[in-house]
Amino acid sequence: MELIKQNMNLDFVGKMKIAFVASVVMIVVSILSIVVHGGLNYGIDFAGGTLVQIKFNAETPTEKIRSAFKPIGLENSIIQQVGPQEFVVRTHESSSDTKGLSGKIDDALTTAMGKGTFEIRRVEVVGPKVGKDLTNKAIWALVFSWIGMLVYIAFRFELRYALGGILALVHDTVITVGALSLLNKEFTLTIVAALLTIVGYSINDTIVIFDRIRENVRKNPRQPLGELINTSINQTLSRTILTSLTVLIVVVILFFLGGEVIHDFAFALIVGVIIGTYSSIFIAAQFVTVWERFRPAKKRKS
Amino acid sequence: MWKSLRMRTAITVIVCLVALFYLTPTLTSNLPPFWKENLPKETIHLGLDLQGGMHLVLEVDTEKAVESNAERLTNNLREAMMESRIRFKHIERTKGSSISLELPDSASQSAFERLIKEQYADLEQVGSEVVDGRHKVTLDIRSKRKDEIKKLAVEQSLETIRNRVDQFGISEPEIIPQAENRIIVQMPGVKDPGRAKNLIGRTALLEFKLVDEEHSLEEAIKGNIPEGDELLNEVRVDRQSGRRSTSPILLKSKTLLTGESLESATVQIGDRFGEPHVSLKFNSQGAADFERITGENIKKRLAIVLDGSVHSAPVIQERISGGNAQITGSFTMDEARDLAIVLRAGALPAPVNILEERTVGPSLGKDSIERGIWSILLGGIAVVVFMVVYYRLSGFVANLALLLNILLILGALAAFRATLTLPGIAGIVLVIGMAVDANVLIYERIREELRLGKTPRAAIEAGYAKAFLTIFDSNLTTLIAAFFLFGFGTGPIKGFAVTLSIGLVASMFTAVFVTRIVFDYFVWNRKLQTLSI
Repeated sequence: MELIKQNMNLDFVGKMKIAFVASVVMIVVSILSIVVHGGLNYGIDFAGGTLVQIKFNAETPTEKIRSAFKPIGLENSIIQQVGPQEFVVRTHESSSDTKGLSGKIDDALTTAMGKGTFEIRRVEVVGPKVGKDLTNKAIWALVFSWIGMLVYIAFRFELRYALGGILALVHDTVITVGALSLLNKEFTLTIVAALLTIVGYSINDTIVIFDRIRENVRKNPRQPLGELINTSINQTLSRTILTSLTVLIVVVILFFLGGEVIHDFAFALIVGVIIGTYSSIFIAAQFVTVWERFRPAKKRKS
Repeated sequence: MWKSLRMRTAITVIVCLVALFYLTPTLTSNLPPFWKENLPKETIHLGLDLQGGMHLVLEVDTEKAVESNAERLTNNLREAMMESRIRFKHIERTKGSSISLELPDSASQSAFERLIKEQYADLEQVGSEVVDGRHKVTLDIRSKRKDEIKKLAVEQSLETIRNRVDQFGISEPEIIPQAENRIIVQMPGVKDPGRAKNLIGRTALLEFKLVDEEHSLEEAIKGNIPEGDELLNEVRVDRQSGRRSTSPILLKSKTLLTGESLESATVQIGDRFGEPHVSLKFNSQGAADFERITGENIKKRLAIVLDGSVHSAPVIQERISGGNAQITGSFTMDEARDLAIVLRAGALPAPVNILEERTVGPSLGKDSIERGIWSILLGGIAVVVFMVVYYRLSGFVANLALLLNILLILGALAAFRATLTLPGIAGIVLVIGMAVDANVLIYERIREELRLGKTPRAAIEAGYAKAFLTIFDSNLTTLIAAFFLFGFGTGPIKGFAVTLSIGLVASMFTAVFVTRIVFDYFVWNRKLQTLSI
């Protein structure tokens, strides 16, 4: 079976301008969405707060939970249904005393609904101090991973390729974060893990194309770079799409089956895989041609 | 040629057997006795998010340790000056760890300076001024000593918490220091998280102090607390209703005896009401002190103070020898048991704050494992089917590699005693998607070479050779990302980075090395003329 017919030669480099405009639009929308939402919707990992996952024995309406929280002043927390009779409660309050909010929630629910009618399945409390630490660590991890790859690609290929690759990565990260922001999804530790995975995946894709360009440049040094890049993208196209498909299949499965904890992580991966594939084809390699226009490589062996 | 093929097959079989070998304890629980004695019996370690449990990050309030040290020094100094008849006024701990006092004349000033120099090397004079002919002096603990106190406070807290958790009866707890003043506590399978937190987090400072019956309590409540006294709350529990009430009580601040002098603390059931109480036994020094204190203060009230609140303040009827005492109060059995544990384990040198808590109930953990297994199975099946449809027989070879890959990941997890977390399972699922990438690269190359009219043998050779560099470069860059993920991540995310990295490395072996054996076998030995690819 073949998805991409052999000798297919789509003009990717010619569509560069459209792709660049599309990317710029996506990035602007992402940034606008973040600005309009007043920054990212930080989860408790970064903003600090308390998360409690509760499973009830019987069907329980959200209002009933909310009214049960009134005596402890948590009636304004976010209450989200995540499964049959299962809810996640989030609040940006945290308390460092040993009983903590989870204890209070436990007591309040017991008072309102009776003992044994529910089960507290998960509690996460992050104090503001830790939140700040984690935020810094997350930003550094992302930036260092970019730099790490920049160095490696510059070493294995050329600097302009490295710059193109990193540009694509930043592009992927911004758009994925933008998509999360558009849907008002929470930005948590697992999302950062997803972003780093996307970074790893997208660069993987890009390198495959770079590798082919490098090979073709050696074979036909006189051919214009634009043509070479276009050929290389076409030659690797079926692989790019195939691999993206297999990865997409598994992340979609994770999205539907992985459960509450994995849900948003899988969502970020779905967006990231699609954008990462797109950027490998339309951004990373094509950046090299743009670079070439402004700063032509000094010597190309003839 | 045959030889190298055999060698390669042998290597593959050995690697797989080793992985299976490490996995055996995970797969079966009834190992033969000889295995249990000599061979690895570690099973794949499940993270707290999968088996349920509690993860706490505690911060030791080291400033408080320095402050309470200063408080102690202030009391010591007061007594030492009274003993050596140095005149002074208003000695008190002021802000943080500084101590201030007033000296009326130069004679007392020089005597005071001598005393500090000879007996209080930890203190240094940081300020002195003359106000209305009186000398005001400010002392502070030397900064080097402060650092020592802080470090010691963290070490002691670590030790104390370890003792408490051990006595609480949790299997395989982990208590790890982190950064300067943080402690991570991991307790798998905790059933009552609230109780566990309370047990770990309470300071449990037990003190015996005399009740001040000479001064007026009313005056003290108004704010005129006599020098050397303190106002605390006494907790009373009504036996009938079980309601707790507090009332103020004036104590002399001097601590006569602390929990450090205890030898043991046990729960006992009272004869009259069948209520649990905690019975204390002092060590020999503590018993002697207790006997002296009770002897000297007959008919006075001795308060038992726990973490700053008075539990009871009985009147001393007679000199008590033998070194036994008890703390009563309407405890439940659990409360009494936990109190006995914390008293045995000792007080924390400083209060601890909970910075981060993550608790997962066992039922959620079970759900997560089930979902994880389903995701792996379905993801695996989908990819396997896809590969066969797309690459026909060669697809089967890639699938073989995929199966081996999963086997190797699990084997490596067991061998390295890594922890499998829910994101770790997600990592395995992702690897399933990404591991076939190597085969896709190779197969697409082989197809290209075949289109150029090469024989299967030549096409395979060229395909593997050309694809290898690409696979190497692309996997290595992904590994770089995984490396930063590992460095940054907390528990569960680290697990994701681990499975992803192991999976990528394993895929270099299974997808490149192992599949080549199969192809070479068919092309070399079976003289295959057409490839099903």
